[in-house]
Amino acid sequence: MTTIEDRPDVAEGPAPEIGQPRKRKEDAHLLTGRTTWTDNLTLPGMVHLAILRSPMAHARITSIDVSGALERPGVLAAYSGRDFAEIQGNIPCAWPVTPDMVNPGHPSLAVEEVNHVGEAVAVVVGRDKASAQDALEAIDIDYEQLPVVLDMEAALAPDSALVHAHTESNRSYTWIFDSGAAGTGAPIDEVLGQAEVTVSRRFLQQRLIPAFMEPRSTVVQPNGEGFTMWSATQVPHILRTMLSLTLNVPEHKVRVIAPDVGGGFGGKLQVTPEEVITALVARKLGKPAKYTESRSESLMSAHHGRDQIQDITITARRDGTVTGLDVHLYADMGAYLRLVSPGVPVLGAFMFNSIYKFDAYRFVCEGVFTNKTPTDAYRGAGRPEATYAIERIMDELATELGMDRMELRRKNWIRHEEFPFTTVAGLTYDSGNYEAATDRALELIGWEDLVAEQAERQARQDPVRLGLGISTFTEMCGLAPSRVLGALSYAAGGWENASIRVLATGKVEVVTGVSPHGQGHETAWSQIVADQLGVPFEDVEVIHGDTQSSPKGLDTYGSRSLAVGGIAVVHAADKVVAKARRIAAHMLEASEDDLEFAGGAFSVRGAPGNSKSIQEIAFAAFAAHDLPDGMEPSLDADATFDPDNFSFPHGTHLCAVEVDTETGVATIRKYVCVDDIGTVINPLIVDGQVHGGLAQGIAQALYEEAIYDEEGNLTTGTFVDYLLPSAADLPSFTTDRTVSRATSNPLGVKGVGEAGTIASTPSIVNAIVDALRPWGVNDVQMPCTPERVWRAIHQGAEKSGRDPGGTVSWGGASTTTSDGSTVGPLDGSTSETADGSTSGTSDGSTSGTSDGPSASEGDQL
Amino acid sequence: MTRVNVKVDGTAYSDDVEPRLLLVHYLRERLGKIGTVVGCDTSNCGACTVLLDGLSVKSCSVLAVQADGSSVTTVEGLSGPDGTLHPVQQAFHDNHALQCGFCTPGMMLAACDLLRENPNPSEDEVREGIEGNLCRCTGYQNIVAAVQAAGAAMSAAGNGTAAESAVSDSIASVSAVEASA
Amino acid sequence: MIPAPFDYLKPASLAEAVQAYQQAGEDAKILAGGQSLLPILRLRLAYPELVIDLGGIGELTGVTDDGDGIVIGAMTTHADIIANELVKQHAPLIAQATETVADRQVRHRGTFGGSLAHADPAGDLPAVALALDAELRVHGPDGERSIAARDFFLDYLTTALAPGEILTSIRVPKLGEGWSTHYEKLNRVAQAWSIVAVAAAVHRSDGTITEARIGLTNMGPTPLRAAASEQALAGAPATAEAVASASASAAEGTSAPSDQSGKADYREHLVTVLTRRAVQHAAGI
Repeated sequence: MTTIEDRPDVAEGPAPEIGQPRKRKEDAHLLTGRTTWTDNLTLPGMVHLAILRSPMAHARITSIDVSGALERPGVLAAYSGRDFAEIQGNIPCAWPVTPDMVNPGHPSLAVEEVNHVGEAVAVVVGRDKASAQDALEAIDIDYEQLPVVLDMEAALAPDSALVHAHTESNRSYTWIFDSGAAGTGAPIDEVLGQAEVTVSRRFLQQRLIPAFMEPRSTVVQPNGEGFTMWSATQVPHILRTMLSLTLNVPEHKVRVIAPDVGGGFGGKLQVTPEEVITALVARKLGKPAKYTESRSESLMSAHHGRDQIQDITITARRDGTVTGLDVHLYADMGAYLRLVSPGVPVLGAFMFNSIYKFDAYRFVCEGVFTNKTPTDAYRGAGRPEATYAIERIMDELATELGMDRMELRRKNWIRHEEFPFTTVAGLTYDSGNYEAATDRALELIGWEDLVAEQAERQARQDPVRLGLGISTFTEMCGLAPSRVLGALSYAAGGWENASIRVLATGKVEVVTGVSPHGQGHETAWSQIVADQLGVPFEDVEVIHGDTQSSPKGLDTYGSRSLAVGGIAVVHAADKVVAKARRIAAHMLEASEDDLEFAGGAFSVRGAPGNSKSIQEIAFAAFAAHDLPDGMEPSLDADATFDPDNFSFPHGTHLCAVEVDTETGVATIRKYVCVDDIGTVINPLIVDGQVHGGLAQGIAQALYEEAIYDEEGNLTTGTFVDYLLPSAADLPSFTTDRTVSRATSNPLGVKGVGEAGTIASTPSIVNAIVDALRPWGVNDVQMPCTPERVWRAIHQGAEKSGRDPGGTVSWGGASTTTSDGSTVGPLDGSTSETADGSTSGTSDGSTSGTSDGPSASEGDQL
Repeated sequence: MTRVNVKVDGTAYSDDVEPRLLLVHYLRERLGKIGTVVGCDTSNCGACTVLLDGLSVKSCSVLAVQADGSSVTTVEGLSGPDGTLHPVQQAFHDNHALQCGFCTPGMMLAACDLLRENPNPSEDEVREGIEGNLCRCTGYQNIVAAVQAAGAAMSAAGNGTAAESAVSDSIASVSAVEASA
Repeated sequence: MIPAPFDYLKPASLAEAVQAYQQAGEDAKILAGGQSLLPILRLRLAYPELVIDLGGIGELTGVTDDGDGIVIGAMTTHADIIANELVKQHAPLIAQATETVADRQVRHRGTFGGSLAHADPAGDLPAVALALDAELRVHGPDGERSIAARDFFLDYLTTALAPGEILTSIRVPKLGEGWSTHYEKLNRVAQAWSIVAVAAAVHRSDGTITEARIGLTNMGPTPLRAAASEQALAGAPATAEAVASASASAAEGTSAPSDQSGKADYREHLVTVLTRRAVQHAAGI
């Protein structure tokens, strides 16, 4: 590990816990099967729900009769949307990104219309799950088919059919950022007009499914006026508030518990129709009720992620200095707006410019309704999409300029001495060192040798080519400063809460408002508190995930837990120490100012041997026999932290991918990443987060895609068709780190949950395209399946896409270069450039420096 | 209803079940063995993996009635009676081979099965050996390391490890059931 | 998901199974290893009234040597086939292809006979049986008969099994001196079905390929033989060029599907590459 900035001196004492590869406290019950997954819970008298789902993408429910289900054995009740129409409210959307954003409303159980396949239309309540499921077949329902809207661009045409008849169009919103108007840079039109080199590309972010391993499950126990809900959720606190508002139940009568939760990745950052339905049924029957989805139900009804059409234009001077970036997105909302659906692509607005210094920047995002499952947060949420586009187009620009891809990046990125740096998108990056991370990554992967091998394989026309991929990235995480969220029209703040309870025996309970579901917060928080209070790691218990025991918090997503929640813990610990200091001074008959605190004990400066441990002070506070005048008998403290700024992890990810040009199969041979996430609390956990993130980002590049057919059926509705990689499909990763401490928080931490996912996708695709440059290929649509890679080689990149009618109903790339020609297949010769990358030369359709026409020919859109 | 006699984690059970009842639902709902979980409908994810007569199977793709006369080892039967972790459990802990933990029971039992046949697998052999178990959190790297570490630990410990005893227990109980049938 | 209710029968003898199957007719499903059937039942893609479990009929498992061939019991599991010495020695192509089937858990339950009777053209074993000119032995109300593999697979998930007939064993002729085999498979992830796969058995005499048998997975509604390539290979020199040239016609006579893993034209290309690789590998070129 390369340390860029030394940690400030830590007071003398035992070795700090922070930085130790502590094995996780969370593991014991998970390893032995003593788990509390929501579906494991059974309550006395509990009934079971099965949900009937729409087989139609868009239809009017002309009649629905659930009475047949009631005749079936073991069935207690059955309801359609009409039974709950007056009380079910709407699934909340907490992020109205523009004042005129159209939110059509989202009933949990469809009442009049269904708008995507998988939408809930009726619910049967049985004494057991099998009875309920069997009776679904006895529900009589008639649909009148309505026109299905799938293609985002067609959906915005004036004559398009409407997803929601009561709206004027299928546009939910248009969100615009322009550096000229914002005062963060020049007006974009000015820069575009003066460009020496312009490259425009259309990239597609296919629709993905978070596919957490634990299917969602909810148990609701009615309780007088209110209820207790156990749910497989990332956001028990948000869920509590939103359920209260949606169901009109006073918030203090609602308790939400997130027990063991089996992964989320943004997919459990939601207030789901199924949670609302379970609550409605339990309250109606006055009985505890459980609903657990099947995997097929999960894939078609839990929210999806990504799904953007990205039109990107980058301009530069001939010497490679980038000048302008113009981004237009179509973002598929699906059929409804869920919790943060509209905000996800908007989060990307601040990240397309990435680590580079642009003069001007424009970002326009149009949110579009289609008859598909709603989209919402999925690991990275807006930032992977942005990083993909910028890192892909930097490669395209380098090719256009005939410049080494890394040199182009070096020329344009923020140099480490330039931090803090305010970007053209208006964010101030506090720290980073792109040079150090990149140099380390190049060394680890053996870049020069790979470049030589690539050339050698090309020289002998090896059918298996080597492609080298680069992704230098940053992200904004630690969501988020509340005032920024307010400026972005988000309904809530981004603070986080923690409290620390010091027990009589000196053991410590830490209550945190974040809600882990695999990340290891119990371990990491214990390490932080052990250092802050000088207590043993083992003496700390972390309490979370129950709105009764952990009443304040905003939960876990957006790599915020450590950078916001962890800092709240530090601040609470500071308050504990301040209280303890007062008691210690009293006990030691010294002035507080003369005390120093190290290794869990206060001592009088200059009087060694005379000290009081935090445990002794805890007991003194408990006994309360002799406390300073006016002091309450407690060391407990509570803190709420609202960050001033985001944190900005960064890194350089490099990979070597072998592409079998005969079959189209792309195989990762080597993957190296050097991430800078600031201070590392637990390297074991950090590596695990990076590995898992890489796997998901790579899966987007190579394997995963949610596909709809022309009728709007999800054709990837099981794990047979929605391809998650197994161990046999992934390589071992080489991970390393540089450390540039975040300056925005006392620990210097930045967050690591999303880094791997954000950076890896463009790295892989850049490598594949790099391998195929000799064929004139300048893009391969994700996922880069063997078929698409083969088509790109043999028919040109234009043909790597899917036929219209599917998820991405899109007829072809509008990729142009400076000479205005459209890039197509090349069968002519190719030439090597100095960096080992290749560019076509024979027909000028991919222009290198020598044969491109004069660069000022202007606008390529 | 059909009668099944089955031994699970060392305890004999005899129940009348509907033929359509899946082994995993029998384990979870009738026996309270909630350590074994369901992750998919199509036998792809492997979360429900248990050992049936010593061999790994996906308990969502076996009917409870098909397990009649058999012995089942679940995650709850892996550790020793005194709570000592099985070498695979220990290696998963030591190598941070789990995050959310949902795939972990199935993954560990798949690993036990692989190590039964191949006590010292290479990285590639481990990757192929656990191809029937999906994990969404770890990227598999630490799982692969854990399986290799467990193999090494079990080899070093020789016979009589918990895994082997769990398996031999399964086989012995099958013989016993057959003998009594 | 939970299957719809059904009755369950676990006959102790083949005769009992055949009788029950005949009586129940189309309302019954045969349960072999269950690795395809159970997911189908769970997704409620089928609603049998009766499931007949062949797991209690001991005579349906195991591998025997009958002189010129080996006979594999239909209920022999994939795992047992991979480990079987007779299979390794006389039909290594079956062992190699079986190792690529799904995963260890599925191979512990799934059976050779079940895979063939299910007749999924994307499954690995039907093409292998076809390439090896296997004979499928079936028992039914009218007694026993043998069906050649080339006559067994009629259409997508459809076989020549008559109502009430149960596949009981598969006889695979031994490949003699000079034969070698290879299974070449391409799939998107380890667990996925083949996009295309090629099972090749090649007889080589000195520098000449005297005979080649090539089975194709997922190139049509049934497993197929690459007849044109086989013809071109017969008597061809055992060189990379000759094999490549012969493999170029591997897609002739096929009717490849178009689906999410690939359109027909891609498969038609892919099959030429995989045929070349399979034959070259088998022939040691």
